[in-house]
Amino acid sequence: MAEKFETPVLGDPTERPMPVLIPGATADLKSYVAAPAHNEALGFPAQLVEDWKPKAIGLMGDLLSRYRSLQVFMDICVKCGACTDKCHYFIGTGDPKNMPVARQDLFRSIYRRYFTPAGKLVPGLVGAKELTRETLDEWFNYFHQCSQCRRCSVFCPYGIDTAEVSMAAREMLDQLGYGQKYCNEIIGKVHKIGNNLGLPPAALADTIEGLEEDIEAETGCAVKLPIDVEGAEVLLVTPSADFFAEPHVLGLIGYAKVFHQAGISWTLSTKASEAGNFGMFIGNYAQMKKIATRIHEAARELKVKRIVFGECGHAWRVAYSFLNTLVGPWDFLDPRYPVPQHILEVTNGLIANGGIKLDRSGNDNMVLAFHDSCNVARGARMGDRPGGQFVIPREVIKASVPKLVEMCPDTTHEKTFCCGGGGGLLTDELLEIRVKGAKPRMEALKQVVDSQGVTHMASLCAICKAQFTKILPYYGYDREMVVSVHQLVSNAIIMGNND
Amino acid sequence: MTTAFAILFYVATAVFVAGLAAKIARYTLVPAPLKIPTTPAPLTKAGVVFRMAREVVVFESLFKGNKPLWIFAALFHFGLLLVLIRHARYFMETVCAPVALLQPFGLYGALLMMAGLFLLAARRVVLPRIAYITGPSDWLLLVLLMLIGVSGGAMKLFAHTDIIAVKAFMLGLMHLEMRPLPADPVLAVHLGLVALLMIIFPFSKLLHAPGIFFSPTRNQTDNPRERRHVCAWAAKLDAGRE
Ligand code: HEM
Ligand code: HEM
Ligand code: SF4
Ligand code: SF4
Repeated sequence: MAEKFETPVLGDPTERPMPVLIPGATADLKSYVAAPAHNEALGFPAQLVEDWKPKAIGLMGDLLSRYRSLQVFMDICVKCGACTDKCHYFIGTGDPKNMPVARQDLFRSIYRRYFTPAGKLVPGLVGAKELTRETLDEWFNYFHQCSQCRRCSVFCPYGIDTAEVSMAAREMLDQLGYGQKYCNEIIGKVHKIGNNLGLPPAALADTIEGLEEDIEAETGCAVKLPIDVEGAEVLLVTPSADFFAEPHVLGLIGYAKVFHQAGISWTLSTKASEAGNFGMFIGNYAQMKKIATRIHEAARELKVKRIVFGECGHAWRVAYSFLNTLVGPWDFLDPRYPVPQHILEVTNGLIANGGIKLDRSGNDNMVLAFHDSCNVARGARMGDRPGGQFVIPREVIKASVPKLVEMCPDTTHEKTFCCGGGGGLLTDELLEIRVKGAKPRMEALKQVVDSQGVTHMASLCAICKAQFTKILPYYGYDREMVVSVHQLVSNAIIMGNND
Repeated sequence: MTTAFAILFYVATAVFVAGLAAKIARYTLVPAPLKIPTTPAPLTKAGVVFRMAREVVVFESLFKGNKPLWIFAALFHFGLLLVLIRHARYFMETVCAPVALLQPFGLYGALLMMAGLFLLAARRVVLPRIAYITGPSDWLLLVLLMLIGVSGGAMKLFAHTDIIAVKAFMLGLMHLEMRPLPADPVLAVHLGLVALLMIIFPFSKLLHAPGIFFSPTRNQTDNPRERRHVCAWAAKLDAGRE
């Protein structure tokens, strides 16, 4: 790993020193710009349009009139700085433009110049700036160095959510023909093939057959992973990474075993073979709705009664918080179940009512830490009580493993840190910011590894799992240290006849 | 001087009221298309009212975020509140009990407010990351509030003015009558700056006071699975669906 950058040195998470400001530290860390083909597939201009300036101002005005969050947040920030030291990318890089308020100010300075009387009359006094070509470049860089994790919004006295600003900025860039390759290419694959990884139906069927054989060889049970089965009770919508790589696949095997043991009929869908919805990352409502529509269609075509989502953080935010808004109502489904449900809600319920039985010795010698995924922690919920998203995964893990340890409280529950790869940053050209942004999580992990012998860290998000698999080695840990929650369930579940 | 200040106050009040009304109308009319409360969030309206009350009264999120700043913010805002409640006596014919009760604490209010302002200003010099995000308008407001405080305090302590006459002037304005304002320079400074503050208010970050109530991450209930939340422009996109 001969990299051009240095991996941060880990310190004590309980007394994190204030980063020294290094202006411009990540100014050159740029994601790849989307190619014309990526843009056109989504209906965006092929490349930066000639008249980008008036168009940008028009777009900004339109967004301000459609999103109360953006309009209010632009006005009410008092520059108190409570958010400044809360962003993992600032902590990891020291670049002041990675402080949430400074990131917002990239947008706010233009807002003030073109949409406020003070900004028009006395621009210098209120930090209003002319929109230039350089502004767009700066936006492209720094709004793709925000993982939309919402940690800053927890600590802001007005709940100003920089993620909303990043989404608005990315939406504008896309509409100007200056989008990001990673997100746009992936959304194109969803439309064309059905999932983020671009796995065609035949490949899916192959993978699933292989998994069924593996499970039978391991357990002696003929556990099925049904796909496109009409009339199943449950439609499982899961991130396509679950069909592709470890530890994701091991989680998928876990879901299959749970359904099998509980006797719930279920199916996957080739059409909705992706839980993730990158429409959120690019802040585009229409794209988000279009991607969500696949799930609605699949549920109708397969005549299912319930929809359950697999382990994925940002997918769960869109599913829990937006799905009903985007493509509801869901009145054709069984009203006794929330729409959608999270697989952990299902599993936790089954553990509680004896529908499945677990034996912790299946995970002998493992000491677990649990990484709360940002979009689940701060953008969604599980169960019927506030904070269920913290309780339910922990209950399931505790039922599956001998020991679960809590990391530093400043890094868990609603204060959890992003893994460093969320929000459209999980791409190789951004590796440096991904490694550096993982610093606070790695510090907290190191502390429990050193003091309490933690061997593994569980996660319930496809992005977190992929990100940690990649960056753990930079910090001297094994890539297999990160595990799926349902991988633990899979190891512990007692198969066969339990009576 | 009386006429000039009368005009100034009518103008300032008009700008303040119209400006704020326009902003509040804007915040009301622009829809929130998606449910984005920062979770864990309350599940009910009553829960939201309680969450908002905690934010406004005890600055709950700020407390999580930055303890020293929380203390400075509390000093300033509660000092200011005390001062403003005390000032209500200039605007009511007979002073009501709560306002009367707080009269003896005038200087404390001013001291708390000034201490808060001083500490808030010091942060902007001493802490590099706060200095980085501070612009001229941030300084303008701090200095403006300090000068209002200093001029007010000066009147209270030594540059006394005829507060009976000030009250008569203010009540007169409210009844569209012109009554003489004492011609004290310190009072003139105090009132001139207050008028300036009122004019700036709807065009500045002071919008945080009304704005906090409109922040979707704080004022939304967490019930998206139970209730479909669709705004007008999003509903139009539904039209094409089966
Ligand atoms: C609903 C009422 C209000 C609430 C909840 C509120 C809350 C806050 C909070 C939490 C802060 C950030 C911490 C700080 O810097 O002090 C702040 C800052 C500030 N507030 Fe308020 N405020 C309110 C009303 C007002 C009013 C009426 C004024 C002035 C006329 C005011 C003036 C300021 C100023 C100038 C700052 C920035 C201080 C600095 O430069 O650091 N606030 N407010
Ligand atoms: C039109 C509105 C206002 C009028 C007529 C007014 C008038 C006065 C007068 C006559 C005093 C002297 C009190 C005495 O001698 O006992 C005073 C004090 C003071 N004023 Fe004002 N003022 C106004 C608005 C404000 C505002 C908006 C602020 C704060 C932002 C403020 C802050 C103070 C302070 C801190 C003092 C000293 C402490 C006290 O007496 O409470 N004033 N004001
Ligand atoms: S949303 Fe997350 S990544 Fe973006 S500025 Fe806030 S803390 Fe940083
Ligand atoms: S915490 Fe909120 S109000 Fe304070 S500087 Fe950050 S975004 Fe602005």
